Amino acid sequence: MEKIQISAKNVNLYYGAARVLKDVSADILEKNVTALIGPSGCGKSTFLRCINRMNDFIPSARFEGEIRIDGTDIYDRGTDVIALRRKVGMVFQKPNPFPMSIYDNVAYGPRLHGIRNREKLDEIVRSSLTGAALWDEVKDKLKSPGTGLSGGQQQRLCIARAIATEPAVLLMDEPTSALDPLATARIEELVRELKKNYTVVIVTHNMQQAARISDRTAFFLLGDLVEYDSTPKMFTSPGDKRTEDYITGRFG
Amino acid sequence: MKDRLPGAIVKGISSAGILVMLFILYFLFREGLPVLRSVTLKELFLGDLWYPAENPPVLGMFPLIAATLAVTGLSCLLAVPFSLLIAVFVSETAPRPIREFLKPILELLGFFPSIVLGFIGMVVLAPWLQETFDMLSGLNLFNASLLLGILTVPVVSSLAEEALGAVPQDLRDASYALGATRWETTRKVVIPSALPGILSASLLGIMRAMGETMVVLMAAGGAAIIPLSVFDPVRPLTSTIAAEMGETPVGSPHYAALFFGGVILLVMTLTVNLLSAWIEKKGKMVR
Repeated sequence: MEKIQISAKNVNLYYGAARVLKDVSADILEKNVTALIGPSGCGKSTFLRCINRMNDFIPSARFEGEIRIDGTDIYDRGTDVIALRRKVGMVFQKPNPFPMSIYDNVAYGPRLHGIRNREKLDEIVRSSLTGAALWDEVKDKLKSPGTGLSGGQQQRLCIARAIATEPAVLLMDEPTSALDPLATARIEELVRELKKNYTVVIVTHNMQQAARISDRTAFFLLGDLVEYDSTPKMFTSPGDKRTEDYITGRFG
Repeated sequence: MKDRLPGAIVKGISSAGILVMLFILYFLFREGLPVLRSVTLKELFLGDLWYPAENPPVLGMFPLIAATLAVTGLSCLLAVPFSLLIAVFVSETAPRPIREFLKPILELLGFFPSIVLGFIGMVVLAPWLQETFDMLSGLNLFNASLLLGILTVPVVSSLAEEALGAVPQDLRDASYALGATRWETTRKVVIPSALPGILSASLLGIMRAMGETMVVLMAAGGAAIIPLSVFDPVRPLTSTIAAEMGETPVGSPHYAALFFGGVILLVMTLTVNLLSAWIEKKGKMVR
């Protein structure tokens, strides 16, 4: 029996009066890759951003329901959002390295959380870049700006930056949508590698990608979680007509 | 064929603009350079006595150049840190309604007529300085710098605010997602990313202060001495030109010297301008 890492119950999210998530409930398993698919505006990214409370920054957003990570309610009044975000890393749609050196990019999170020891930081930078399959390409130019790398390398740098704080969960919001096919293949390979150590939740527009890399797939439509099952099941014998229509490319 | 006409019009208008600029330059040099017939370049730059009405005139511009640099430097020392605080507040910390209220006000303040400010300096600030600090005269370097500072703040803060606002939301999100607070994000990501823009904003403020005439004419005291204290009265290049141009015969060495002062000012502001353009370009390359 696999362990449940993230448990969402009756999650509703409103932007002002608009209800963009409708009673979404889902259990996300530890050290699995869970793909969130669905057409644009279906709420999959919004759901992802509920998991590390990035929606807090949108003044009109209002959350209802419950999300527990390892049993702890992350929307509880007493929740330390900083600690939560340390535990739940995030990779964004467009590679967004900070305009600083490769080293400083990766060391950013650990430094925020008080690690000052040079050797310790060196070790974290090395292991994070190795974990993101970037070490061999950048080990001789750690001091050069992260923005000088290619798009695919930048995205892997962002992954290294996200895993440098040793999160348990890694959220990825369409991480390959701005990349070419080769760079995309490398990231996908990396995601399969990452699930050994992290619970990965990935939003993707690309159904083949979801089929290739995920263990479980959730299909969102207009704020509803239509269907959520193991990926092979979802792609071979979906239970819902709408899932089938979407997966076979009839809309979306 | 259809495309050619608008292109030709744009080309014509812009080359007319450039032509006018070149003409101004030519004029400035033509009127200014003859001063070198009466004094050497070294005397002009390093001479510390400015007695243009003597016979023969003594045309040492060092006190004037020093005054311009001192007024500009001090005013920026006062204004730039303050402007940057305002910019960070408006762009990063202020709640939206306050930001939307402050931004236009900041931009509007940039159009504050300098003569009104100079007047305030003469009538309000100078007597107050004189009484409070027991000075010989309240019209001095400090007074002028303070007023110039007030004039510079809107320019620098609104440009710096723009530079901060132009930092992509992406970068802020990345920082928040790593568990940074708003302040940590501002300090470690937003300000460093906006640094080229902030620097160039500061330099533009410096240029504004350097070229300002009315305020220094009214409030700086007007003594052509090398300032040794911030409470010394001074006579920057701009106010010298403004005050003396009407009193001097056309074509005299004094007249030419004043034009040469204009050349010096132009070179100074141009240097600052090029520096700011260079910084901005370098900043773009890092991105």
